[in-house]
Amino acid sequence: MTPGDKKFLRPRNARILAAVFLLMGIILGIFDAPHYLNRILQEFRLGIQIPEKFFPFREGLDIQGGTHLVYQADLSNISASDYSSSMEAVRDVIERRINLFGVSEPVVQVEKSGSDWRLIVELAGIKDIKSAIKLIGETPFLDFREERPEADRNKILEAQKKGEMQFEDPYFMPTSLTGRYLKKARLDFDQTTFEPQISLELTDDGAKIFGDITKRNVEKRLAIYLDGAPISAPVVREEITGGKAQITGNFTSQSAKELVGRLNAGALPVPIKLIVQQSVEASLGKESLDRSFMAGIIGFVAVALFMVFWYRLPGILAVLALMLYVTIVLAIFKLIPVTLTVAGIAGFILSIGMAVDANILIFERMKEELRQGKVLEDAVREGFVRAWTSIRDSNVSSLITSAILYWLGTSVVKGFALTLGIGIIISMFSAISVTRTILFAVLGRRLKNLRIVFLSGLSR
Amino acid sequence: MLNILGKKYLFLIASGILVLASVISVLIWGLKPGIDFTGGSLLEIEYKDARPDLQVVKKNIEPLDIGNVTVQFTGERGALLRFKHIDEAKHIEIIQVLGGSEKVAEKRFDTIGPTIGEELKRRSILAIVLAIIGIVLYITFVFRQVSRPVSSWKYGVVTIWALIHDVMIPIGIFSILGHFRNVEVDTLFITALLTILGFSVHDTIVVFDRIRENLRKLKVAETYETTVNRSINETLTRSINTSLTVLIILLAIFFFGGETTRYFALALIFGIIFGTYSSIFVASPLLVIWHNLTKKR
Repeated sequence: MTPGDKKFLRPRNARILAAVFLLMGIILGIFDAPHYLNRILQEFRLGIQIPEKFFPFREGLDIQGGTHLVYQADLSNISASDYSSSMEAVRDVIERRINLFGVSEPVVQVEKSGSDWRLIVELAGIKDIKSAIKLIGETPFLDFREERPEADRNKILEAQKKGEMQFEDPYFMPTSLTGRYLKKARLDFDQTTFEPQISLELTDDGAKIFGDITKRNVEKRLAIYLDGAPISAPVVREEITGGKAQITGNFTSQSAKELVGRLNAGALPVPIKLIVQQSVEASLGKESLDRSFMAGIIGFVAVALFMVFWYRLPGILAVLALMLYVTIVLAIFKLIPVTLTVAGIAGFILSIGMAVDANILIFERMKEELRQGKVLEDAVREGFVRAWTSIRDSNVSSLITSAILYWLGTSVVKGFALTLGIGIIISMFSAISVTRTILFAVLGRRLKNLRIVFLSGLSR
Repeated sequence: MLNILGKKYLFLIASGILVLASVISVLIWGLKPGIDFTGGSLLEIEYKDARPDLQVVKKNIEPLDIGNVTVQFTGERGALLRFKHIDEAKHIEIIQVLGGSEKVAEKRFDTIGPTIGEELKRRSILAIVLAIIGIVLYITFVFRQVSRPVSSWKYGVVTIWALIHDVMIPIGIFSILGHFRNVEVDTLFITALLTILGFSVHDTIVVFDRIRENLRKLKVAETYETTVNRSINETLTRSINTSLTVLIILLAIFFFGGETTRYFALALIFGIIFGTYSSIFVASPLLVIWHNLTKKR
């Protein structure tokens, strides 16, 4: 069914297809906004409810409330070939840190912009933004600690009983070996027991320090701390000189894998700096959504009234097509899913105004053909065929700008470009195929002489 | 039939004056860039109880050393504060000074570092230039089969002027709004400009498309000018109606939509109005003038 097709639908087939479109509209409408149907179902006390959480709209931070953070990474101490992997590691660490907060679906992304590497963090619906920022901002820090001499340990424990030295660790004390000297951590399996273990590979300097530490700590425990918390405390069996060590323990392969990730991350000296923070409180987001919704409804009704008054019967059909358009686009927003920001919703509302453009082109053309004395049916056909090139050519230009906006824009702009772009593509279908089908469906014999319902507006 | 081309010089002079005025306004007053371009902070709060006097708020913030702070009261208990880019520690300090979280609710806080702004400026300009080039190439391509009496690339070139006209006038208006009403130009404004580019060229393409069709069907000899004038007239209702539906929507966003999209809608409103003007009264007349000039030679 290309719009320029010379073959046209017979009224019978058109009616069937129109019924299909109608059904599609109803189903999509229910899919888009199940809570309206549920309210009706409740009225009738049928006991049936449609799940509302099935494919919800994905709301942007400026609507559901939340924080958008951008961190700039300082990669000056890292060789260029490792930038990408370092950033991935930083991302993993931060992702884990955020998970501690129980934020639903946090977004943590690495973004390269020119020569800058950045980390984008989006936290939705979080209350305690301040401590989240504090937690995220700390550079992952790995260090090795050796056992304290017994005398020291007892002294600290004694002091702690009296409420002093609360922040001293009575069992372990720091060494000079930190994540700075860790070259790589790797997941291994023990040759004989096949249990997962972690292999550490240290830099040359690290190997020397490690040798000294292990030499003086044989048969003692050496603890590995990440961000100040112990993650493992294996017993040293002998002096290790090669800069290689294994951590064995009760690891599952999953926990060992995670630890390897953390070790590799902890070993990265990549400081990050917060350069953008955008926080919106949930109530303000709700207000924005309500107002956008209001603007959308008012805009739709106003455009619908305009179309009906100016184009009469075809105008009514165009409004039907526009309603189908709205349900299709909203369903696509849910399915992809498209993150709906305030700007994104504005883009969608704007596309409602643009969607009737194709209808206007077609209807104006029809009127022209009618004025030239063509019979109604021919005029309708000509209207569709002749208007097609204009519709195609003009929409492509808007798609070009949408694409450029999408590729070059920041997240706000991307949301707008995406909704507008989807809108334009769908509108070409709804305005042409849908309107045509409905028009042919109602174009029975009875209407053939009623030229007045087509020739309308200010006929010149 | 309206003889639009008969007054073509009048329309073009009007367009030229508006563009010139816009350029002058931008040169004198410039645009007032938002924090996403310059870097800086914006804090929107709402006092839970009574709102203190403006002087009190300003006096409290002064010792914090965050440079020039502007405070603007909004609604009944709201306040909007603007200052330079700060870190999180300073942010917490500011909230404390304003009365702590017991007294004020933080509605929105944006702080943007200056490097991001520079990058955004570069990207915005690049986006606009790319969009214009893309559209012009596209038009040249679409009208490639139309070579007589005006070659296809001329349709493209004429569109450039129309596009510059369409973005320059809203820029000029926002430069005036920035100077007199402190209206800022942000990323959404750039988005609006790009949308205007895409939309205004809709109308221009429809007119050009009709010129192309009429040229092909031409049975009786008529001048290029007559064909163009007829084409403009035939597409006039459509051009105006399409713009009207979009304007209706934009007015709805402007009056009923959120604060964030208000000036975005306003930029689009001006853009659509002048975009429609340019596709009727600028693009096609330029085409005719160009044709007449080459013919005389």
